[in-house]
Amino acid sequence: MATVEDRALSKTSLNDDIGEETRLRLYRVQVEIREAEQRAFDLFLQNLVKGTSHLSLGQEAVAAGFAVAMKPGDLSFCTYRGHAHTLARGVPIEKVLGELMQRDNGLMRGKGGSMHLTSTDHGVMGSYAIIGAHLPIACGAAWRAQYKGAKDVSVCFFGDGTTNIGAFHEALNFAAVWKLPVIFVCENNLYMEYTPIGDVTAVQHPAADRASAYGLPRIVVDGNDADEVYRAAAAAYEKARAGNGPSLIECMTYRHSGHSRADPAKYRPDGELEKWKERDPIKIYRERLKQFGIADNVIAGIDADVKQQVDDATEKCKAAPMPPLDILTTDVYADGGWAWRN
Amino acid sequence: MAELTYRDAVARGIAQEMTRDPDVVFLGEDVAKAGGVFKATVGLFEQFGPLRVRDTPISEQAILGAAMGAAMTGLKPIAEIMFSDFFAVCFDYIANEFAKSRYMSNGQVKCPLVVRTGNGAGSRFGAQHSQSVENWCMMIPGLKVVAPSSPRDVIGLMAAAVRDPDPVIFFEHKSLYATKGEVPDGEIVDTLGTAKIVRSGKDATILALALMVPRALAAADKLKNEHGIDCEVVDVRSLVPLDTQTILGSVARTHRLFTVEENPRLCGWGAEIVSIVADEAFYELDGPPVRITTPHIPLPAADILEDIALPTADRIADRVRKSLQS
Repeated sequence: MATVEDRALSKTSLNDDIGEETRLRLYRVQVEIREAEQRAFDLFLQNLVKGTSHLSLGQEAVAAGFAVAMKPGDLSFCTYRGHAHTLARGVPIEKVLGELMQRDNGLMRGKGGSMHLTSTDHGVMGSYAIIGAHLPIACGAAWRAQYKGAKDVSVCFFGDGTTNIGAFHEALNFAAVWKLPVIFVCENNLYMEYTPIGDVTAVQHPAADRASAYGLPRIVVDGNDADEVYRAAAAAYEKARAGNGPSLIECMTYRHSGHSRADPAKYRPDGELEKWKERDPIKIYRERLKQFGIADNVIAGIDADVKQQVDDATEKCKAAPMPPLDILTTDVYADGGWAWRN
Repeated sequence: MAELTYRDAVARGIAQEMTRDPDVVFLGEDVAKAGGVFKATVGLFEQFGPLRVRDTPISEQAILGAAMGAAMTGLKPIAEIMFSDFFAVCFDYIANEFAKSRYMSNGQVKCPLVVRTGNGAGSRFGAQHSQSVENWCMMIPGLKVVAPSSPRDVIGLMAAAVRDPDPVIFFEHKSLYATKGEVPDGEIVDTLGTAKIVRSGKDATILALALMVPRALAAADKLKNEHGIDCEVVDVRSLVPLDTQTILGSVARTHRLFTVEENPRLCGWGAEIVSIVADEAFYELDGPPVRITTPHIPLPAADILEDIALPTADRIADRVRKSLQS
């Protein structure tokens, strides 16, 4: 099997099936994620981001490729490493940073935090912090679409470590048997948390090598190339919308930072990070845009625009109040309160 | 008015709600074509068809996760977990997902679903198919928890649970499936969070749930007939929301409190109620509250052992009499 690097080198022709407008969108989304995540890290160093956070630095192409290929109404189900997928659906940077900074302007006013970003108005149906939990939940949303005759697709993002938990296998079988319009996206960043995924998994490709067990095709894509991700996503959406059932897609990628803010990632072999940084998705995509004749000043304009957006969002969040204390007990039950007795 | 078994009441309750609302769907292991391993859902597949009544693989996490995903996007699923003991293999959904998604999302995510399950002992199934686990669910903020004791309540509380906007855990007692009761014709809709005084009395309040309700009633008859002790029996029905007003009102009349719980002793629902009564009605009490429970043991399979583990009418009566006469 060709490695990611082999396949990247073998790219010989410039495909134009994606088009300039979509490519500029793919680039902008990746830069937004990069800048917002980098800012989240900086704000953590300033003690303005509290709690934990799991960054997607280096994995931006997966989020961008799948989100840009979606249609309005499609649903995203994310993990605790969900900032990227939330931003990619168009959730304002301020709402995400506000939640990380536990301010009243945050997506959930500080009640959920970094690991539970949710914006149902944008189709972000939640970020789930129990490994594997959201695969069956995405099946249920897809079941609703199937039952109602709706054409939306549910997309469920998770890491390589998730492929070794029971809910992964229950969901894959369930989705295949019920032929549900759901797409399972494994972001294989090579480490479950601190341990290399290969050390704890019976097969080389933790997701794709299990696909055959559920009657699904084996799909591995270069997760650092937004074009490749976009194409794989578009094909899977088309299959789901046509009523042809689920897909399981393994995206090979790499996280530039540790598992969480607490992890300096010292377990990585020397040179590994540097090697992957040569294949930085944003670097790859900037070169791609140039190959397609996009002018440097257009690219620089996007970079500057996004930087300004992140700066503005940061200032708004710094100025935002903390949440009022009375929301402590709201929304436990559907009546808006927490009463468990009369 | 017709006489119906508790088992048939389950199917009638589900059918009532599926007829009313096309968004109500039902899934579980062996529930559709086979009509359920307890035959409590016979006829639903034939009546509502394969799109609304669906057999699943043996995948409890997939069942509850799918129910949640459907609920949060607009359906009103009823999911069956065959034995409540199996909650332990899908507890993430019960404890972490259904119960917390609304709060964590600041009210964005809704989860209007019902999980119905076979709970309780009496079938000689041993320690992993006989437990009473309602207290596992009562302790989790965000859930509602009901346990009917009669066919009429099965239908009425099922309707209330399906129509409720929150996740409801619906405990059916396996040893009640064959019992019969009078059920009115037409639609029955009850209210969650309401206890029911099923026998009035002045000397002591006995709180009970599910299978323990008929046993408490039998004990009350025995106490009246043999000892002239007049007990009030309250069917708690709903652990969350908890109808504390009915309970406190009864204690204020009888001045003695007994709870009859099938769960093992530690952290049973009775402990919570005793603490509420101690806190809010201490000076109404003429004696210490008494909890009558299954001992803190796993349940045995042998009939003679299982029978002495659960509270019986004789044990309840004996405990109440000794306590009142001491």
